[in-house]
Amino acid sequence: MFRNIILAFALLISSFASIFAQDLYYTKTAKVTLDATPANPVEEIEAVNNEATSFLNIANGDLVFAVLVKSFRFQKALMEEHFNENYLESSKFPKADFKGKITNLSVVNFKKDGDYIVNVEGKLTMHGITLPVNATGTISVKGGKFKAVSSFKIKLADYKIDRPSVVKDKISEEATITIDAVYEPKK
Amino acid sequence: MRKIFQSFLFVFIGCSSLIAQPDDDLSKLLDEEMNKEETVDYATATFKTTRLVNGHTNENVAAGVMDMRLSHRFGAFNTGIKNFFGLDQATMRVALEYGITNWLMVGGGRSNYEKTYDTFLKAKVLRQSKGKRRMPISLSYFTSIQTKTIPFSDPNRTNFFTSNIFYVHQLIFARKFSEGISVMIAPTVVHRNLVAKVTDPHDLYSIAIGGRMKLSKRTSINFEYFYQLPGTKPPGTTDCFSIGFDIETGGHVFQLTFNNSPTQVERAFIHETRGSWKNGDIIGGFNLSRVFTLKDPRSKNKEPKATW
Repeated sequence: MFRNIILAFALLISSFASIFAQDLYYTKTAKVTLDATPANPVEEIEAVNNEATSFLNIANGDLVFAVLVKSFRFQKALMEEHFNENYLESSKFPKADFKGKITNLSVVNFKKDGDYIVNVEGKLTMHGITLPVNATGTISVKGGKFKAVSSFKIKLADYKIDRPSVVKDKISEEATITIDAVYEPKK
Repeated sequence: MRKIFQSFLFVFIGCSSLIAQPDDDLSKLLDEEMNKEETVDYATATFKTTRLVNGHTNENVAAGVMDMRLSHRFGAFNTGIKNFFGLDQATMRVALEYGITNWLMVGGGRSNYEKTYDTFLKAKVLRQSKGKRRMPISLSYFTSIQTKTIPFSDPNRTNFFTSNIFYVHQLIFARKFSEGISVMIAPTVVHRNLVAKVTDPHDLYSIAIGGRMKLSKRTSINFEYFYQLPGTKPPGTTDCFSIGFDIETGGHVFQLTFNNSPTQVERAFIHETRGSWKNGDIIGGFNLSRVFTLKDPRSKNKEPKATW
């Protein structure tokens, strides 16, 4: 009886460690690019953030990303100031994140070098609004390390990012978000 | 009975590891990582531009950016219809101001008031921040050399060029209290090389107090008051009090100004003002600022990091 209780207890504890250490990968230097340059551009509306954080669980395909909005760098300092003060209101909404899953994880063989096309589904939270996002990406495995790249479009209006009428022609109504992340195991 | 209990226990435990939400674990890890406060969050845009109304704010022009500034002041409203309520008169300053680094800017301008040339440097000493490092205020140091170049009033005596030179030093303390409200205080000293009487002080002291309140995302109302310390206040002068209204569009900041001083250089509007709001000597004007990016701040980072 006593032995059974010990066994049960041990199994209960181990069941909570549902992530095995070797399944978890992360990066704190993923690159996220935002591009809202319109068709006839007066100027490029493009920003890069090289400090995105991401975790990937290769056992079940869970994938999360987070960025500090203030870490997006623009070519023009004034554009960066307006982006933070007026458009994304980064003092009210300092972070943006994506929480989702790779739906066809079985196509990826993390032990074999190669490029694998994956589908990702999840929720993107930006400017205080959370909406579902579907995207395709590529996971490249090379020598035991892997890189994930993806690109998808979002409508600015969906996330309540207003373009005042004076500048409606200077900013596209859609923004293209590209991700480039190189993962390493989380110890 | 015991066997049933055991097998039930094993099944239950086996199931619980399937029921546990791995997505939540990853979410929690992410939130933990992001909340670590490893970065310093600096207060940005304490004021919309480098000037509050007449005087400087703690804001600088960004590195590699050139700010073209045009300041215009009309005459006083109470000069009546003959003077078209002041519109007939004009005092102007044109200037180019440039950000050398993100914390140091340089500028040079010329005003038609006594044909004054001014050059200045403004350096950010402290930046208000929260997060990994906390700093409750921003502090900038402003220094300027202002030279008037009108001919001397008495050409027959020995005149020195240096008599026309004024030096200004200012420590600008500022705090962004919220998205909409920022306040600044700036003790100032103006040194005049030439004074009228031997007993007149060379160094004039004053304290500037100012603030701005945002009315909408792109507009704000500002106020500014330069209090001349009584010990060194030149007789017959009044303190400069200004009200401003800022409008920001893409690359411009347009500031509408109302004050009792017709000039835009520190040595003049702080210590040589004679008009007063009580008497209705209110002068309208505007500051126009247009920024041009001369150097791409990201040009060093255009190549992706070679981690792959």
